[in-house]
Amino acid sequence: MTDTVTGAGVPALFGAKGYPAALEWIARRAESFVIPLAALIVGMALFSLFIALVGKSPILLYETMWRGGFGSWFSVQNSLSRGAPLLLAALCVALPARLGLVVIGGEGAIVLGGVAAAAIGAALSGAPSPIVILAMGVGGLAAGGTWIGAVGALRHYRAVNETISSLLMAYIAIALMNQLVEGPLRDPASLNKPSTQPLADIYRIGNIPGMEVHWGLAVGVVSCVLSWVLIEKTRWGFAARIAGGNVRAAQVQGLAVGPLIVGFTALAGGFAGLAGMLEVAAVQGSANASLAAGYGYTGILVAFLARHNPLAIIPVAILLGGIDASGGLIQRRLDLPDATVLVLQGMLFIVILFSETLYGRFKAFNPDLWQRAS
Amino acid sequence: MDATEIGLWGVPLAILGGAIRVSTPFIFVSLGEAITERSGRINLGLEGTLVFGAMTAYAVAVMTNSPWIGLLAAAFAGLCFGLFHGWICKFPKVNDIAIGIALMLFGSGLAFFFGKPFIKPKAPNLPAIPFGGWSDIPQVQAALDVNVLFLIGAVLSVILWWAFRNTRAGLIVRVVGDSSDAARAMGLNPDTVRLLATGVGGALAGIGGAYLSLYYPGSWTERISSGQGLMAVALVIFARWNPLGCFAAALLFGGAGALGPALQSVGVTQGYYLFYAAPYILTLIIMIATSSPTRSLAGAPGELSITK
Repeated sequence: MTDTVTGAGVPALFGAKGYPAALEWIARRAESFVIPLAALIVGMALFSLFIALVGKSPILLYETMWRGGFGSWFSVQNSLSRGAPLLLAALCVALPARLGLVVIGGEGAIVLGGVAAAAIGAALSGAPSPIVILAMGVGGLAAGGTWIGAVGALRHYRAVNETISSLLMAYIAIALMNQLVEGPLRDPASLNKPSTQPLADIYRIGNIPGMEVHWGLAVGVVSCVLSWVLIEKTRWGFAARIAGGNVRAAQVQGLAVGPLIVGFTALAGGFAGLAGMLEVAAVQGSANASLAAGYGYTGILVAFLARHNPLAIIPVAILLGGIDASGGLIQRRLDLPDATVLVLQGMLFIVILFSETLYGRFKAFNPDLWQRAS
Repeated sequence: MDATEIGLWGVPLAILGGAIRVSTPFIFVSLGEAITERSGRINLGLEGTLVFGAMTAYAVAVMTNSPWIGLLAAAFAGLCFGLFHGWICKFPKVNDIAIGIALMLFGSGLAFFFGKPFIKPKAPNLPAIPFGGWSDIPQVQAALDVNVLFLIGAVLSVILWWAFRNTRAGLIVRVVGDSSDAARAMGLNPDTVRLLATGVGGALAGIGGAYLSLYYPGSWTERISSGQGLMAVALVIFARWNPLGCFAAALLFGGAGALGPALQSVGVTQGYYLFYAAPYILTLIIMIATSSPTRSLAGAPGELSITK
């Protein structure tokens, strides 16, 4: 990149030598925008083929999906609400991914974050609400962070594969939640659906003014922006990217890879735990089995679709939130099973992963080949 | 002897019976995964294959009234999933672990989608052999009611163990798994071998799913698999990619899974949900105990991405 440095105060991007570099920058950005978008469209097309094969109208499907997801202010707000936990759940996958780790057990951190928040909310009952809400947030962060941080520690210090361990720990976390919610934390008044004590109204998190969307959306967006700054603009993020590229090289450079891995995975799990806390404080009002609603798994898809870029997670999570939000309407209007959205998500996921093979293959995105061709 | 007199003896008996009943899907999925991993690829999608196999087997058994046709259909569906995984992973830069996660979602999604109408009807079950017929005690009879698939799985693990050591096909799979370059030097095409190995692995996982829906628990619901497919991946690592080890480990996991219900049957209900998590905890402990940061695992195929 030394050739981008031009003298005499000429902006590097537009300097004589900087021109190819700028072109390459644009080409690379275009590539990482066009390929996922194309993959999304191909995935949608394959799904409409599937819908046609089971005898329904793809046109009606997409019309319904648009109406349910983004067709009105009401549905946009619904999509934003569904996207809010996905922002945080996706960070739980994207941050470790920058270190080369595939963590898929975010669901466990969400569940435990929610349980911790509910327990703290019940224990501090009577204290001023800002303190309690803050304590619940910290509790959610700490519970999720410990859970996924342990996955990172096991990975680095014991070489335990993080994909499998995080998933096993998600199952353990759900069992732990069931045990706590059925046992010591159970509210005797919750009969059919065992829950913890409901939070007092003053400890609930309300909506963003002027919207029917709770503050979790803002928390999620801010978390994504902060994560982006952390990865792209700080030396820890830089070190993480080096370690993600090549652990040995990072160790030779004298980077403390262990603390880096534990720190990043703990932060990632903390975000997921925060998602659980928000689910309790803003949506459910108590911890119960609804915490394991699958946000952790949809978050994997969001992170991969966003190519583990925290800023790209924001639009992708809202898009996936929209697909999720339109699920109910699709079921009713097209008379399809509720797993329809799951099939769509699976198809999108496969096509998007497949599209990884296309990077660097197209002339259109390679300025060198471009110039040679012309 | 009266049935109620066996008292606490019922616990080990229930664990034994549970181990035999619960382990069968583990045996098939882990043998399938062992073949795939020995060829140097990992398929995390077997969880989805297991669920889809369970649905296919149940649906076909309901429609044809034959559990065996259902079993074959599940194996075929699993084969298709495996071949798809194998095909897509041969493209450069496509991550086999991530594709596995995607196929897990996709397989479960498809199974729930097409399985919706089959939640109500009753399918014919796979047959079991009553080895406990000599006893008058119902618990003993129940524990020794062994399904034929368990026996087939046991025989299959011995055959695979032998085949990996002594046959040309076994050698080819091992060479491809240890080094793509060495395989190419021998004139083998690693992609083709891995494609076939993943396909066979998928077919075996489909059979494991068929056992779930056609024998134990014996009906099709959306919660039929609770991570058996994934635990099987960890189990293969624990078993050091050895088919006989897979069989033993599957029995151990089955026993751990039966611990909670067995204790509950004698009145121990404290910590029921934690006992339910016993197989996952056991898997995790085993993985921690057997992994090491300083050396790669003994017996690990060199090309396997998960142990690097």
